[in-house]
Amino acid sequence: MVPLAYYLIVSAFLFSIGAIGVLIRRNAIVIFMCVELMLNAVNLTFIALSRDLGKIDGQIFVFFIMTVAAAEAAVGLALMIAFYKNRETIDVEDINLMKW
Amino acid sequence: MLEYVWLIPLFPLLGAIFNGLLGKKIKNEAVIGGIGTMMMVCSFLVSCGILMQLIGLPAEERVFQKVVFPWIYSGNFHADMAFLVDPLSAVMIMVVTGVGSLIHLYSIGYMHGEEGFYRYFSYLNLFAMSMLLLVLGGNMLVMFIGWEGVGLCSYLLIGYYFHKKSAGDAAKKAFVMNRVGDFGFLIGMFTLYWWLGSNTNHWTINFMELKQYSNLLPYGGVVTIATLCFFLGATGKSAQIPLYTWLPDAMEGPTPVSALIHAATMVTAGVYMIGRMSFVFVKAPQTMMVVAIVGAATAIFAATIGTAQNDIKRVLAYSTVSQLGFMFLAMGVGAFTAGIFHLMTHAFFKACMFLGSGSVIHAMHHALHHGHLHDDPQDMRNMGGLRKVMPVTFWTFFFSTLAIAGLPPFSGFFSKDEILWQAFSNPFHGGLNILLWGTAAIAACFTAFYMFRLVFMTFFGECRINPKVKDHLHESPFVITIPLIVLGFLATFGGFIGMPKLLGMLPNYFEHWLEPVFETANTYAQTYVHVQEYGHGLELGLMGFSVVVAAVGIGIAIMLYIVSPSIPARFTAAFPALHRAVYNKWYIDELYDFLFVNPCKAAGNFLWKGFDVVVVDGIVDGVAKVVMGISGVLKNVQSGYVHNYALSMALGAVVIVACYIFR
Repeated sequence: MVPLAYYLIVSAFLFSIGAIGVLIRRNAIVIFMCVELMLNAVNLTFIALSRDLGKIDGQIFVFFIMTVAAAEAAVGLALMIAFYKNRETIDVEDINLMKW
Repeated sequence: MLEYVWLIPLFPLLGAIFNGLLGKKIKNEAVIGGIGTMMMVCSFLVSCGILMQLIGLPAEERVFQKVVFPWIYSGNFHADMAFLVDPLSAVMIMVVTGVGSLIHLYSIGYMHGEEGFYRYFSYLNLFAMSMLLLVLGGNMLVMFIGWEGVGLCSYLLIGYYFHKKSAGDAAKKAFVMNRVGDFGFLIGMFTLYWWLGSNTNHWTINFMELKQYSNLLPYGGVVTIATLCFFLGATGKSAQIPLYTWLPDAMEGPTPVSALIHAATMVTAGVYMIGRMSFVFVKAPQTMMVVAIVGAATAIFAATIGTAQNDIKRVLAYSTVSQLGFMFLAMGVGAFTAGIFHLMTHAFFKACMFLGSGSVIHAMHHALHHGHLHDDPQDMRNMGGLRKVMPVTFWTFFFSTLAIAGLPPFSGFFSKDEILWQAFSNPFHGGLNILLWGTAAIAACFTAFYMFRLVFMTFFGECRINPKVKDHLHESPFVITIPLIVLGFLATFGGFIGMPKLLGMLPNYFEHWLEPVFETANTYAQTYVHVQEYGHGLELGLMGFSVVVAAVGIGIAIMLYIVSPSIPARFTAAFPALHRAVYNKWYIDELYDFLFVNPCKAAGNFLWKGFDVVVVDGIVDGVAKVVMGISGVLKNVQSGYVHNYALSMALGAVVIVACYIFR
């Protein structure tokens, strides 16, 4: 069997890569993709622990997470389309009007 | 009628309220002036009734107290709205309401056409009410209400022509100086009340009770302090040294105001107060000496200034200050009756002279106005020869001047001579007596001189007014001349009720009338004063001497202003510094400015610019600046940069997880 720790470490790496991507990348679509990456990393953690503890609760929660991720992606893309219609760009550095 | 004594101050109060509230709507001068005068006449009639009733009573029973309502009852302190009627207050109410009614009548004519006609009569009635409260007050508190009220009305009336800056300044000056005096009155009242209460357990401010318990007061000590404080109040109200400088400036007010307030009534409040509290003053020999010295000093000091003034009202103002000095001299040597007698005769002749000067000013103003000239109608250098044009004014004024100069048989002779005799013979202050008498005699000589100077410059000689308007000078209407005639009559014949028994023609009604009031004081005085009996010869001799002194003053005036009019100019040229000093009132106003007014102004400026603007505004502005500074730093969090927000969220999550791990 593959030890639990390997799954958790991979999940952690994926999560960090996603987090750093959110903080670094400028393209809004890419940021959304990184957010999906973080969510999937969390999914992996839940599955691994569910397998390890023998309970099915983790896998049920993964369903919820997937649903939420899909809805959130839809809303986010709609937002970006509206923004593009106004500004001709989706570079997050240009989305800076809510400042002092 | 005695039961209705409260009507006396009530009538003018109603008049004041009526004219004050409705006067602006009722444009009819006759109604406003009529109501004002009628109220005073009603008070006069009630006063006459009370006087008649008092005369009918035997001498020991002429004291009546009327409590209108109980007012302040607080622990040991009892103060009722109480009125005291006795011979002294009877004299005062007759003078106030009688002269007051005449002046109200006069004002109807004098203030004709003025825009604030109703305001004038409202204030004048309010003044009459306050003065009547003062003289009828049965305890120190009611007297103080009247005391303050007359000060207020004096301010309102001096500043009647409030569009003129000089009038407003004069009103302020009068009120502030009065206030300094009022402070003294309050301290004296508190001291007396506290000492009597805490040492003898008689907590009272009622005059009759104070008189009753006054034998428990010590001679000197606390009583000296209290009476000196009261005297400070008297100097403020009655324009003595050091608080007299407001009175000449008060001539900015309308002339009837000067006649009523600053000649006949308000300024006599200090003299009355000493008379009312005679039994306390006599217990403080040092204060009596101070009163006498200040009175004599003021008499001669003001007399010197009066000799060089050119404004007719200024001369009369300084003459008032000087005559008040005589009254205080009398009170200071224990001659209370003489002081009150002079108060009464002075009210007659001084009011007559002020009203007469008003008549002259009215005529001058009318004539100058006709010719569109801007000369000063009050400057005597523009007058002259008016006796031909204004005979009634001239004769009443002339008789009043004879009275003030102290020539027999006019009223002023009897009262002034009584004062001089008492100052000489009443051994209150040992060797100082001769000095006081001498100073007063010299002041009397000066008085005769400058008053006749006034008469000669105004009524005799050739008319120095611009020839274009000379024909427009005419006598004043009846409303003005009738009060002049009445007062002139009183000034001439009013002295006979106080004729000294030496002359043997009439008994001294006045002295007998007031004797019971000052009996207690005289009893106290006899414990430390040993009355010497002087012969009739000496008294007659001094009487003759005072007539000679007056005649000398008149003679000098005749020399300088009728016979040889170039002498004054040559005298002025020969002694320019002396003339300048006297003309500028011995620079006392400048001295007070230097000592008191400018430091106060500087303190005020400092508190404004140095404290209020710098410190108070600084604190308020400073708080605002600190908040702005902090916000200037914190605002940078809202950069609008999405990645910053994302970073904050990530860091926040890290912190929360760390808290959980490291709990």
